[in-house]
Amino acid sequence: MTKVKENKVQSAPNVSIMTANYAAAEAARLAGVQVVSAYPITPQSPVVEKLMEYVNDGSMKAEFVTVESEHSAITVCISASAVGARVFTASCANGLALMHEQLHWAAGTRLPIVMAIPNRSMAAPWSILNDQQDSISQRDTGWLQIYCRNNQEVMDSIIQAYRIAEDVMVPTMVCYDGYILSHTMMPVEVPDTDKVTAFLPDYKPHTVLDPANPQNVNPVTLAEPRKNADGVLCHGYFEIRYLLQEAHLRAVEVTRETGIKFGKEFGRPYGLYDTYKCEDADLVAVTLGSIGSQAMDAVDILRDKGYKIGVLSVRLYRPFPALELSEALREIGCRGVAVLEKNVSYGYEGALATDLKAALFEYNVPVFAHSYCMGLGGRDVKTSDIEEALIKSHEYLDKPAAEQRKAQEWINCKL
Amino acid sequence: MKTETGKYMGTKECGHITASSTPSKGEAGRTGDWRVKYPVIDNDVCTPARRGKPSCFICWSFCPDAVISKTVPLIIDLEYCKGCGICAEECPTGAIKMVEEDRS
Repeated sequence: MTKVKENKVQSAPNVSIMTANYAAAEAARLAGVQVVSAYPITPQSPVVEKLMEYVNDGSMKAEFVTVESEHSAITVCISASAVGARVFTASCANGLALMHEQLHWAAGTRLPIVMAIPNRSMAAPWSILNDQQDSISQRDTGWLQIYCRNNQEVMDSIIQAYRIAEDVMVPTMVCYDGYILSHTMMPVEVPDTDKVTAFLPDYKPHTVLDPANPQNVNPVTLAEPRKNADGVLCHGYFEIRYLLQEAHLRAVEVTRETGIKFGKEFGRPYGLYDTYKCEDADLVAVTLGSIGSQAMDAVDILRDKGYKIGVLSVRLYRPFPALELSEALREIGCRGVAVLEKNVSYGYEGALATDLKAALFEYNVPVFAHSYCMGLGGRDVKTSDIEEALIKSHEYLDKPAAEQRKAQEWINCKL
Repeated sequence: MKTETGKYMGTKECGHITASSTPSKGEAGRTGDWRVKYPVIDNDVCTPARRGKPSCFICWSFCPDAVISKTVPLIIDLEYCKGCGICAEECPTGAIKMVEEDRS
């Protein structure tokens, strides 16, 4: 009798084909979200529809609060988070802009709400298509911002976002390009529910609104510290805002640790940024979101033509990992950087370009940095557009330092 | 006390990372020294004080800051009175007079 070799059955990973919107909804379900409030807006609507389906069929034990606007949606989230629930919402473009005032409230109250943002252009003129002007315009509200390159990153980043947000007590936006990711099907490995539950510690609110213990959260706070009725010296506005800044700075390390821990548990490690073919690069394309995936194709083509170019995709945008990005570029030893992004700070240049230049200046990294604007209002960013931008910056490599400055350029503008 | 980044703050001991307060007297602060006039009750004219039993209490019901007691005689808590003068305006017997704050 021949001995049959024992076949060790390995559980196959649960891979599904899904859009980034469905990945976002699935991640919220896996994260054990207890309250969802969102108002539908293209291209975010499928996130809302899917979550309603989950709540309706009982596969998600959450309260779905329907509202009449995005302003109310985020307000419900703020209230629910303040009574101790894990909360999720999603919005984009003008809907996100309508939330703006409450975004400051959420951050100032230090509520770890997580919001999915399938990036869409800001009107006017009306556009439902993709760029990143919507979330970039909310940069200074005090929320953390993570940008994703593909649907798997959307799934994984939303799960990680709860761990990060609830550690530093800062709300977090997980941003992904509308349509390009939100409506595009890709294979996504769906993590095991129990493993996600184990990965996310219970949400421990810093303050719980409870009728048994009445309190006023966010009373009028004066400029200077003041004693409360019990004689305890309480923060002025300035101190509270400093604590938010401090939490943001700490979030860099928390995001890094969370990405490493996620890698150990689920086999997909995450960092603050990601590099591709950067080892010997003279020029590095620095990007945000799905351009990062596309730039890898452009770099493959350019490498075949002899250009030594790499890609650095920024994942954590707020807090801005200035030291880490600067040291990464210093270590690569590149001489130039081309920042490719789908947003513009009108009157200057791309927001990422400005932030990166400030970091390179602060940490004294001797490279030039060029700003390229592309893809606003859904203008197709072709791989050849990325190639064009990178070749343009490549031509500056051998120029004297004084001539390496280049004005911001809008790629594929047909004026 | 030192913060996470090693800076001294002074208010960290309050135990909160945001603004919060509990319902208590003085939660929203005392009036301070900006009041221009304050009310004074003449108990020889005030109806409950004169009769020696609960009555009238119109000033008590009108006071927007609830600083007038529903007692005999009435007591106005000047720690929180803003000096709006509504009590003096509403008093049917003219028992309440608004008096200039002494600024000297």
